Amino acid sequence: MTGEFDRKVHDTLVDAKLQLAVYTATARLKEKRIETVSSEALPDYQELRTQANAIKKHAIDNLDHYLEEFERNVVARGGKVVYCKDGSEVSDFVLGLARERAAHLIVKSKSMTTEEVDLNERLEHHGLESVETDLGEYILQLAHERPYHIVAPALHMTRYQVADLFERCLDVPQETVIEKQTALARTVLRQKFLAADIGISGANFLVADSGAVVIIENEGNARLTTTAPKIHIAVAGIEKVIPRAQDLATFLKLLARSATGQLLSVYTSFLAGPRRAGEIDGPDEFYVVLLDNGRTRLLPDKAKRQSLYCIRCGACLNTCPVYRKIGGHSFPWVYSGPIGAILTPQFMGVQHSPALPFASSLCGACGEVCPVKIDIPKILLELRSEVKKAETREKQNRLERLGFQGFAWLMTHPRIFEMVGRIGRSIGWPKSRRGPLGAWLSERELPPLPARSFREMWRRR
Amino acid sequence: MSRDHILHRVRTALGRNAGQGVADPPPARIRVPQVAMEARVASLIERVRALAGEALESADPRAFVANAIEGKTAVASNSAYLAERGISSLAGVRSGITDREELRAVCATADIGITSADYALADTGTLVMLSTPQEARMISLLPPAHIAIVPRERILTGLDELFSLIPNPANLSSSMVLITGPSRTADIEQILVRGVHGPGQITVVVA
Repeated sequence: MTGEFDRKVHDTLVDAKLQLAVYTATARLKEKRIETVSSEALPDYQELRTQANAIKKHAIDNLDHYLEEFERNVVARGGKVVYCKDGSEVSDFVLGLARERAAHLIVKSKSMTTEEVDLNERLEHHGLESVETDLGEYILQLAHERPYHIVAPALHMTRYQVADLFERCLDVPQETVIEKQTALARTVLRQKFLAADIGISGANFLVADSGAVVIIENEGNARLTTTAPKIHIAVAGIEKVIPRAQDLATFLKLLARSATGQLLSVYTSFLAGPRRAGEIDGPDEFYVVLLDNGRTRLLPDKAKRQSLYCIRCGACLNTCPVYRKIGGHSFPWVYSGPIGAILTPQFMGVQHSPALPFASSLCGACGEVCPVKIDIPKILLELRSEVKKAETREKQNRLERLGFQGFAWLMTHPRIFEMVGRIGRSIGWPKSRRGPLGAWLSERELPPLPARSFREMWRRR
Repeated sequence: MSRDHILHRVRTALGRNAGQGVADPPPARIRVPQVAMEARVASLIERVRALAGEALESADPRAFVANAIEGKTAVASNSAYLAERGISSLAGVRSGITDREELRAVCATADIGITSADYALADTGTLVMLSTPQEARMISLLPPAHIAIVPRERILTGLDELFSLIPNPANLSSSMVLITGPSRTADIEQILVRGVHGPGQITVVVA
C-alpha cells in the first residue's frame, strides 16, 4: 500500500495541470467558506460549532437509542428501515426489491455512503441500470472514476476531458462550452428520471423524532430522484442520526457555509415516509437503509469515536496543504483529505493504509475549520502511534531510535553542534538520492545553505 | 437480518443495554431575532436577487403573472391562495390537477410552474414548501422556471423561526423542501451554471 500511495502522490505532483486545477478549486471553496463564517457574516459561528459538536456527541454516545427511535418513527409514517452490515447486504436488498417490483432502471443522487460499497457496480453486475444524476458523479460514472473530492467529485477534470467523454459515451459532437455540456446532461438525465422505477439517494441527516431523512443539494437531481420514481430508497450510515428536527437549525447553518460558502444549499429536502393520502405526488414506497460497513468498529474508543461526527462538508480537504498537493485520488479509499486520513484506517484497520495518518503536516487547519469540531490532528497522532505499534519492521525502528538518540545528544552539546554545522555547510547538501534520505529528498527541495550560522552572525553583530 | 446484530454491536461498543434510557440531549439552539416586516421583505428580496433570482413586491400579483406567462405554457398548483388571487384562473394556466401521472406529463412540458409557499425565510432568500393536496412537489421542480407568490405575513426571519413554528415538519407532510435560489452546479471547472436539473429561473413575488 505504501508503494502504491507514493506512486500516486508522485503522479499527482508532477502533473502541472492537475496541480493547478486542485489548487484553484480548493482555494475558491476555501475563500467562499471564510466569507460566510466570518464574525461579521455569522457572529455566533463558534457557538454553533460548539452546539453541533454537543449534539453529535450526544447522538453517537446514545446511538442505539436514536436509531430505534428513528426506526419507530419511519415505520409510523409508513416507511421501512433495513439494517445492512455491508455492501453485499445493501445490494441484496435492492436487487430483491427490484425483482419483486419488476424494476430495471434506477436513478441515483450523490451519496458517499453508496460509493463506499460500490453500489452501482454491484447492481449493474446483476443486470440493473443504475445512473448517477449529480452532474459531477455522472461524469465520473462515464469515466469509471472515484470522486476526487467529497463535495466537488469531478474537481480534477477539465471541460476538454468532459467533451471527449461525452463524445465517446453519448455519441454527440465535441462540445467544450460548459453551459452546453450541462444542458446536454440535463436532457439525457431528464429522460432517465421520467422512466426510472427506483430512486436511490443518500442522506445528510436522519432525524430521530420525525423519522425523516434530510438531503441537501444544489442541482435538483436529489429532489427528482426522490420524487419522480414510485420507490425511494435512502442509503445512510448509522452515524447520521440526530435527535430532533429542531437541531437542523444548527446544522443547516454550518453545512452549506463550510462546504461551498453558501448560506443554504439550493435544495434542502426533509422527507418523512411515502406520500400521504391526498398528496398528489411523491413515492409510494419509502425505505431507509442503515449501513454499518465498519462504523461500529469506531465506537469502542471514546476519543476516536468523534470521527463519526463528520457531516461530509469537505472543508478540511480545501484547507489541507497536503490534500491540495497530493489530490483526492492518491487516497486509497473514497474518503480523501484529513477526514479520509482518519476514517480509512479506522474503517479498514491501520494495516490497510499505514501511510495515511502520516500524510499530514499536523498544522491543525483541519481541526480549526471542522464545523462539528472533530479533533482531526489528535486522532491522526493516535493513529500514528497505532501504526507504529503494529509495525513489525523492528530493524527500521531500531535505526530510527538510534538516529533520534544521536540527535538528542547533538542538541544538548552546543559546541559540537556548531562544529558539525560548520563542516556540513562546507560540504553542502548530499547529492546522492539513494537510501532512506534519498527517498525523503525525492519530493522536496532543500533551501540554499547560508554562509554563516545564526550564532556566528550574532557574535559578529 | 442484520438489525439485531448491528444494534447489539453498537450497544456493546458503547457499554449500553437494550432499552436503556438516555439523558436529555443538549437543548435545541433556537434564537428568533426581532425583525420588522419591512426589513424582512427587503432582506428576502435582496437575498433572492443575490442568488440571481428575481424578487419583487407586488400589490397585483395576478397582473404580474399574466405578463410573465404571456406566450408561454404554465401550470399552477391547487393552492387556495393562488385561486383567491385569481392566478389559477388566468388564461394559459393549467390548474386543478390531482392525478400524479397527469401532473407529471404537464410539468414535463410546461415552461413555468406557479406555486405559493408556506413560508419564506428573509435572511437566506428561501422558500419553504410543504407537500400537500394543494401543493405538489413537481410544479416547483420540473419546469425550467418557477414563480412563487408569497403573502407577506408568511415571511419569517430565518431557520430558527421556522423550526420554532414547525418543530416537527413530519407531522404536517411527507415532504418539506427549502428552496434557496435557482438550481445550480459548479461541477465542471467550478464554473457556475444555473438550471441543471431544477428550474434555472426563480421568481419570488411578495404579495
